[in-house]
Amino acid sequence: MPTITLAQGLNEALRYCMQRDDRVVVLGEDVGTAGGVFRITDKLQQEFGEQRVIDTPLAESGIIGTGIGLAIYGFKPVCEMQFDGFTYPAFEQLTSHLAKYRSRTMGKLPLSVVVRIPYGGGIGAVEHHSESLEAYFTHTAGLKVVTPSTPSDAFALLVDAIDDPDPVIFLEPKRRYWIREDVELPVANGDRRKARIVREGTDVTILTYGPSVRTVEDAAEEAAKDGVACEVIDLRWLNPLDIDTIMASVRKTGRAVVVTEAPVTGSFSAELAARIAEDDFLSLNAPVIRVGGYDIPYPPAKVEDLYLPDLDRVLDAVDKVLNY
Amino acid sequence: MKGFVDPGSVSTESVQILKPDGTLVPDHGFDIDLKEEDLREIYRVMILTRRVDQESTNLQRQGELGVYTPVLGQEGAQVGAAYALEPQDWIFPSYRELGFAMLRGVQPSHILHLFRGTWHGGLFDYREHRIAPYAVPIATQCLHAVGFATGAKIDGANTVVIACFGDGATSEGDFHEACNFAGVWKTPVVFFCQNNHYAISVPLSKQTAAPTIAVKALGYGFPGVRVDGNDVLASYVVTREAVRRARRGEGPTLIEAVTYRRGPHSTADDPTRYRTNEELKQWEALDPIARFEKYLEGEGVLTPEFKEQADAEGKEAAAKLRREIVGAGPLDPNLLFEHVYAERSPILEAQFEDFKRDQEDR
Repeated sequence: MPTITLAQGLNEALRYCMQRDDRVVVLGEDVGTAGGVFRITDKLQQEFGEQRVIDTPLAESGIIGTGIGLAIYGFKPVCEMQFDGFTYPAFEQLTSHLAKYRSRTMGKLPLSVVVRIPYGGGIGAVEHHSESLEAYFTHTAGLKVVTPSTPSDAFALLVDAIDDPDPVIFLEPKRRYWIREDVELPVANGDRRKARIVREGTDVTILTYGPSVRTVEDAAEEAAKDGVACEVIDLRWLNPLDIDTIMASVRKTGRAVVVTEAPVTGSFSAELAARIAEDDFLSLNAPVIRVGGYDIPYPPAKVEDLYLPDLDRVLDAVDKVLNY
Repeated sequence: MKGFVDPGSVSTESVQILKPDGTLVPDHGFDIDLKEEDLREIYRVMILTRRVDQESTNLQRQGELGVYTPVLGQEGAQVGAAYALEPQDWIFPSYRELGFAMLRGVQPSHILHLFRGTWHGGLFDYREHRIAPYAVPIATQCLHAVGFATGAKIDGANTVVIACFGDGATSEGDFHEACNFAGVWKTPVVFFCQNNHYAISVPLSKQTAAPTIAVKALGYGFPGVRVDGNDVLASYVVTREAVRRARRGEGPTLIEAVTYRRGPHSTADDPTRYRTNEELKQWEALDPIARFEKYLEGEGVLTPEFKEQADAEGKEAAAKLRREIVGAGPLDPNLLFEHVYAERSPILEAQFEDFKRDQEDR
């Protein structure tokens, strides 16, 4: 079985969709000749031509805005934002138009657009290259939000996002681009609309997604040495959220920790904590504890390790809910 | 100084076919390829636009619309440009484009329901009329127009797209990005700017230091043209040329139609705070319909019967609009949850159930 990286899984997903459907077009900065700064669109322009893999001028609102126009025409654009922090110039097009078009036209002009965004920290980047921006989009009605954590999920979830009739914000955990997995492509989507139970356990549920899944897996392994059985859940889709899998696990363990890179205040982890409490307060033996970024701007590379949730901080949170 | 380009060297002249007194400009240099029935049709739609526009303002004053953005004074610019399009061409409007919509046969109430607060995108069929929903955020539709036109180009379709916006929109980043993308990609799009001199209260002089809006096109590598926007024939011919260029694959054109918004920005605006009555009077004297009427009468194209007929049709459209708007109830509130996504997520479904229960409890 061939070994692929998460980045290759994404690249193969794009190729697979473009081969299947000539309405799928890719646009963004450096996506053509260069194949993208992370090589996610590598060799696609050679295969599909300049009309379907479009190097745009350097303007993010332009990429999303013209993507919307292409979708109204009938194409299925996959737009690339080069980095998380460069998504903000496109915010108006994303929230005022991409998110609302289906609703404001009463379903007459739905927009099937995928916006790929490499996100999160941990690669020693300069300022504006390490943001976790999922809360802006989970807060916006009309957008769907998904993030893979493995190469096979990268392939399957991106194909699923491109097939989706609604706009999807596809968040790529950039520090996990190079993780490997033995995968036979194409991977069928199967039940990937549901959250993935990464590891079963009975003592505490740890909810996480994207780049933090690997961190949490390591922490669960460590906890197991102390006899603590963590159930690790990779959410995959933040919207639509698989609340059933989450609640089934929380009812089983009675304890929940949420681990994300994003700053905790006003975050998607706050949403998860609130929802668990609302849905089944009495199932909890302890408050839901969030482990995430601090409420400070993302730090410079030399000290980013102090900011990102690590094994120790996850284990501290596990201790806290166990000893509440 | 050597090597410096001087903005002062830019011409601020506008293309004009009809002088304000309704006579033809001699040697205007354009082929007027309009038959008598074309001229009458343009006139009919201008009258229709004015009547419906006036009735819309009345309806707002009577509390039937939450707000309205009058088009009074801009009918020539709009109907002339719209008439230059082929039926398959698409229009990406701002929120003040009634003339375009009237030419495409959109039922007025279907637009006005937007202003009544019935549904954000109005109720018309965008694909049938080839008009995108009104865009409220400024200049954002310029990018949609470029994207759509890019799709048409990839598809090899014989479709041209016109993006409509005002002078204020040219300050927005999306205007710049749209022009830049279209210039690079040679997109079949026409940027149609109605310079109506004010962005709410802010005059053009505070909007840009450029000698004209049309000249901005040069920075994007395509032609710009300034036209007398109160001269419907001038608006028609320059748009026709721009549309032909686009259809031939020669790329975009920026048209600056110099006109004047005689009404308020919206019915919530008080223009007496920022402009003089003398200025308004000057522009009233340049009314696009009066000018065109004089020309048509001079040419013997406009008979009293046709004039009467156009007027009666306008009045009937206004009356029909009133009948359809006054007292129209809100749509089924359940529709609010119907089109957010193709399918509701379990969480949204649960909220929908709560919502319906709350409605029943009322």
